Amino acid sequence: MLWHLSISPHLHQPDRVGARIAAEAIDLGLNGPWTVSAARGFLIQGQATHEQLAEVAARLLADPVAEIWSLQPAGSSPATLSGTLVHVFPKTGVTDAEAETALTLLTDLGLKLDAIRTIKTYQIDGPAHLISTLISRLLRNDAVEQSIIGPLPFDRLATGKSYTFSLITLPIRTLDDASLLHLSKSGHLHLSLAEMKTIQAHFSEIGRDPTDCELETLAQTWSEHCSHKTLRGKIDYEGEQIDNLLKQTIFKATKDLNLDWLVSVFEDNAGVVRFDDEVDICFKVETHNHPSAIDPYGGANTGLGGVIRDPMGTGLGAKPICNTDVFCVAPPDYPFEALPENVLHPKRILQGVVAGVRDYGNRMGIPTINGALVVDPGYLANPLVFCGTIGVLPRGMSSKSVAPGDRIVAIGGRTGLDGIHGATFSSTELTAQSQIDSGASVQIGNAITQKKVLDVVLQARDRGLYRSITDCGAGGFSSAVGEMGANLGASVELSRAPLKYDGLSYTEIWISEAQERMVLAVPPQHWSALKALCESEQVEATDLGEFVDTGRLHLTYHGETVADLSMHLLHEGRPPVVRKATRPPILASAVPLPECQDYTPDLKAILQTWDVASKEWIVRQYDHENQARSVIKALVGNESDGPGDASVVRPVYGSNRGLAVSCGINPRYGRLDPYAMACCVIDEAVRNCVAVGADPGRIAILDNFCWGNCERPETLGSLVEAALACRDMALAYKTPFISGKDSLNNEYTHEGQSLAIPPTLLISAMGQVPDVTKCVTMDLKEPGNLLWIVGQTGNHLGGSHWLLVHGRSGGFVPEVDLEAGPPLYRAIFAAIQAGLVRSCHDLSEGGLAVALAEMALAGGFGVDVSLRDVPCADEAAEDAVLLFSESPTRLIVECKPENANELAAIFAEIPVGRLGEVTAEPRVTIRGLGKSEVLSAPVAELKADWQRPLKW
Amino acid sequence: MATPRALILRAPGTNSDEETALAWQLAGADPETLHVGRVLELPSRLDDYQILTIPGGFSYGDDLGAGVVFAARLNQALGDALTRFRDRGGLILGICNGFQVLVRAGLLPGRSGVGNATLTNNDRGRYESRWSRLAPKPGRTPFLADDTPIDLPVAHGEGKFLTDPQTLQTLQEAGQVVLTYVDESGHPTDAFPANPNGSMGGVAGLCDPTGQIFGLMPHPERNIDPLHHPKWTRRGPGTEGDGLRIFRNAVEALKA
Repeated sequence: MLWHLSISPHLHQPDRVGARIAAEAIDLGLNGPWTVSAARGFLIQGQATHEQLAEVAARLLADPVAEIWSLQPAGSSPATLSGTLVHVFPKTGVTDAEAETALTLLTDLGLKLDAIRTIKTYQIDGPAHLISTLISRLLRNDAVEQSIIGPLPFDRLATGKSYTFSLITLPIRTLDDASLLHLSKSGHLHLSLAEMKTIQAHFSEIGRDPTDCELETLAQTWSEHCSHKTLRGKIDYEGEQIDNLLKQTIFKATKDLNLDWLVSVFEDNAGVVRFDDEVDICFKVETHNHPSAIDPYGGANTGLGGVIRDPMGTGLGAKPICNTDVFCVAPPDYPFEALPENVLHPKRILQGVVAGVRDYGNRMGIPTINGALVVDPGYLANPLVFCGTIGVLPRGMSSKSVAPGDRIVAIGGRTGLDGIHGATFSSTELTAQSQIDSGASVQIGNAITQKKVLDVVLQARDRGLYRSITDCGAGGFSSAVGEMGANLGASVELSRAPLKYDGLSYTEIWISEAQERMVLAVPPQHWSALKALCESEQVEATDLGEFVDTGRLHLTYHGETVADLSMHLLHEGRPPVVRKATRPPILASAVPLPECQDYTPDLKAILQTWDVASKEWIVRQYDHENQARSVIKALVGNESDGPGDASVVRPVYGSNRGLAVSCGINPRYGRLDPYAMACCVIDEAVRNCVAVGADPGRIAILDNFCWGNCERPETLGSLVEAALACRDMALAYKTPFISGKDSLNNEYTHEGQSLAIPPTLLISAMGQVPDVTKCVTMDLKEPGNLLWIVGQTGNHLGGSHWLLVHGRSGGFVPEVDLEAGPPLYRAIFAAIQAGLVRSCHDLSEGGLAVALAEMALAGGFGVDVSLRDVPCADEAAEDAVLLFSESPTRLIVECKPENANELAAIFAEIPVGRLGEVTAEPRVTIRGLGKSEVLSAPVAELKADWQRPLKW
Repeated sequence: MATPRALILRAPGTNSDEETALAWQLAGADPETLHVGRVLELPSRLDDYQILTIPGGFSYGDDLGAGVVFAARLNQALGDALTRFRDRGGLILGICNGFQVLVRAGLLPGRSGVGNATLTNNDRGRYESRWSRLAPKPGRTPFLADDTPIDLPVAHGEGKFLTDPQTLQTLQEAGQVVLTYVDESGHPTDAFPANPNGSMGGVAGLCDPTGQIFGLMPHPERNIDPLHHPKWTRRGPGTEGDGLRIFRNAVEALKA
C-alpha cells in the first residue's frame, strides 16, 4: 500500500512557501496574478495501517500547532481545491535524507514499511499557459526532481534498475583518430586526441584493450579538474618557453620566500601554516561553478560540503572552524526575456547558492564568516561559486603515509549514481544541452552525514587509528584511492562498497562522486577498533581492500578483475599539454572628467551597486557565531550592520591569538589588465586583514583562478600575466601562497557563440593577530576624533565603480606599487598594536567617498572632511579622481585627537594626509580642492540607499 | 556540595557541544559530553550527573522538524529516567535545538491542562542569525538569578514560540515565561528585529512548573567572554560575557 501524507500550514498560519513562489514567479517575469498553496509530505509504502500512520503523523511528522495533515491512498484526488495540482518529488535514486530519517525512525517504532519518499504538493491558480514554465523554472529542478500534474498515477514507488555484471572492454587499439575522439566525446571522457593516442599506445604495447573502468579512471585522473594540466603544462608565451606555469610562478615564490612558519604548502588537500605552539591552521578554497549553474542549491551545498572535507583530509585530519564564500553572478535584475536558453535567472542562482551554503555550513556547525558578492553580466551563463574552509590541526599531525598492508577503508555516505562524471564535466564548457545531460553530475549533500564523519575522524585521529586520510571529491574513489596509493599500489574489491540502491555498475561505483565519504589507510590491527568507533557514532565503515606494494591499481568486482593499471601510467603517463599564449592587450585610456559641482548622486548610485551594497541579507542567513570563536563579525558597528573588512576568530579556546579572514576579487580590472588586476586583489586581501589588526608578516594567501577557454592563446596569455603578478606580489609583500585551485573553461556556447567569464582571480587571506584585544573595526567611534587617509591616490578610474554607474569605459586600471605596500601595512599594524587606532577601513570599490560613507553609516556618526590634503599624484589632483579613484594600498584611520602626534610619528615615512573629523551630526560632508562642498548627504539616506538593493 | 557534574548530551548533528562544555567548565561545573546512544543503552548513566544539557545544532538533520527525532528517541527510551532526574533535583537546560527537543518531548512547558505549544518557522520565513536583548525573570528557575538584561546571539530558522492565547496567559501567570525578547526600552516585543522570530509574547525561553527544566532559543554559550559581544570595539570589553551568568547561576544553586 502506498500512502500520501500531506502536511500544510494550519489555516490560521501563513503559507510562506506558497507566497514565496507566487512572488518569485513575478520576479522571473511570469506575470500572474498567482495564488499558490504549498504542502510538504511523504509517500509511505508498506504494510502499516491507516491508524498507525495517522498516529505518527499526529505525534511526530506534523507540527501539532502550526500544521494540519491528511492521509490518503496515493492517487486520491483532493476534494475541494481549485486550480492545478502539481506534485514534485526526487527522481528515483536521488538522495532523500529526510525520507531516510523517517523510514529509520518509523521502523524503529515498530511500523512495517518498505520505503518513504518526500513529496511537495502545490495547488496553483494563475494564467494556464504559464503554469508549465512556472513548474520548470521554480518548482522542479530537472537535474534531481520530477513533477506530475494531477493525481499521482502510481501506487508503488519506483525502484532503480538492477545490475547484472558483464565486463566491458573497449577495442581502442584499432581505432583511427576520428574514432578515438568520438569515443572520448560520446563516453564523456573529455580526453584530447593526444591523450587518447597515449592510452591507445599503452594498451597496444601490453597487448590488450582497456576496460571501461580503466578508461574512466584515466579520464578522471587526467582531467583538468584533477591534474591542472594547463597550469602545469608547457606554455609558449610570446616565444618564451614556460615548462610549468604554477611551479615557475606561485610555487616558486613561496619556495623562495622560505618562511619558517609554513608547514605544508601545495602538497595536501589544504595549505598548512603554524599558528602557535600547539596547533597549525590549514585553509582551502574550491570552486563549484558548473554544478551551481545547473542546480544552484545543490551545487553550492555540495561545494561547501566538499571543501569542508579538504581540511578534514589534510594531514591526519583538521577540525573545520570557519567557512568563506564568494559568489559571482549576473545582475539579479537581468531582463528575463534576454536569458539564453536553459540558463537560470541570476536572482534564482543567487538565492539558490546562498541557501545551499547556508544549509551545509549551519548544519555542520561551521560558521561562515567572510565572503563577497561580485555582479557582472559576464557571469550570466557561468556563475562562480567559491567556498573555503579553515581547519585547526594539532602540531605534528600535518604529514601522513601509507604502508603496504594498510586497509583501504571508506567511511561516511553510501555510494550512488549522484555525481557521475563530475570531474570531467567541470573541465568542459557548458551548453544549453548541459542542463539536460548532466543530471547525474549534480551531487546531493547531506550535512549531518558529514558531521557524523567529522565526529569519527577527530576521535580516530586522536587515538591513532589510521595512518592517512583523504576525501572523496571529484572522481570519487578513483581519485582518492588512486592518489593515496600513487607511490605504492592498491587493490580494491568494488562489490564491498555500500550502495544507496541496486543497479550501479562496477565503473559507476568507482567514479561516483556521492558526497560525505572519506578514505582512510588503516593498519590492519586498528581496523576492529575503528569499526567499533564508527558503529558507536552511527557511521558506516567499509573495508574496500588494501594498499599493496605492486605499483598497480587493481580493481575487482566479485573477484573478477575489472581494471589493472600501472600507477605510473595513471600519474606520470599523461602527455604534456603544450599551449600557445599571447600577451593580452592592455586596455587603458584617459577618461575625460565631467564638470561637476556635486558628487552626491554619484556616491548614492555607487552605494546601490550590487558589489558595494549591504550583504546583510546573505550574512544573517549564516550562523556566523557557531563554535563561539568570533571576535570581529562580518557585520560591525552601532547597529551591527556595517561592512567589516575582515572577520576575526580565535582558533584555540582560552587563547587570545586570532585569525583574520578576508578576500580580494575584481573582474572589472581583469578585463582591462590581468596583471594589474591580480596585484590589486592580492593587495586588497592583505589590506582587509591588516585593517582589523593582522600582522602583515603572518598573512598566508590562496589563489583561485577562474578563466575562460585557455585553448585561446590570448585567454591563456591573460592567465600567464595574472600568475606572474602573483609571483611578483608574493615576493614583494613576503606573503606566501599556500594552496590554490583553478577552474578553466568557464564558457557557455550558444548558437555558435562562446560567452566567456571575465578573468577572475579570487585571493583568500588568513592573517594572524597576536592579540585580538587590539583588533579594530571600521565603524566611526566618537565625534571629535580625527580622520586620516594613508596611502597615495593615483588617477585610477579604469574598471572603477564610478565609471560603472556612469556606464562608461576607459581609464587606467589601478596599479600596485610593489614597494609602497609593505612599509605602509607595517605602519598600520604598529599603530593598531599601540592602541592608537579607533577605526580603520580599507578603500576599494568606489574609493574614498564610499569608504567614508561606509564608516559613517556603520558608526552612526557623520564626517566633515576635505580632499585638500589627500596625498596624490599630480594627474589625480581632481575632485572626481580623489573621491572615486580605486588606487590600491590605501586606508582611512580614525584616532583620538590626543593621539595624533604619536600616530603621525608612526606614519612619518609613508604618504598620509589629514581628512577632517568625525561629527556628532550624522551627515557626510566632503569639501573639494576648491574648498567648497562637493558632496553632502545625511547618513540615514546613504544607509537606506546602501541597504536597498539586497533587502530581499 | 562538590562540583556539580554536567552531562552534555549530543546526537548525530549536534554541533554546539564543545562550547557548551566550555561554558559549564568556566561556570565551575565538571562537564562531560556523551553521545545519546550511550545513554539510551544504559539510562542509569544519567544518575551520575546533576545537570543535563541538550545543546544546539541540527540533531538528526532537523529531518521531520527541529528536535522531533531526538525528542522521539528520548521519549522512547528515557522518559522515566528523565522524570527521575528532575524529581531528584537535577537541572535540565535546552539551548536552541535543545529547547526544541524539550518542547517536542513534552518536558516544556510541561504543565498539564494547557494547550499545545510549539517552536515553529520564524515569521520572516528564514534562518536568522543576530544578537538579541533579553529580559530575564528571576525567582522561578535557578538558571536566572537577577533581572539585568542580557545580550545573546540567536541563530535559528524555527524559533517562533506559538500557542493559543489562553495557554500563553496561563504560562505567563504561572511565571514560566522567564526570558523574553525586549526592545530598547526593555519591554517584551513582537516586532522584528528585536524579536527575531515573531515569538508570541516575546517568549525566548521557558521553564517547567518546577523551574528545573529551562529551555531558550538564544545561545548563552556564545557569549561567555567579553570579546564575544558584537560591540566590544565601541564600548570596550566588559568583564565577562552575559551568557556565562546562566551557567554560573545553575552551578551556584546546586552548590547552595
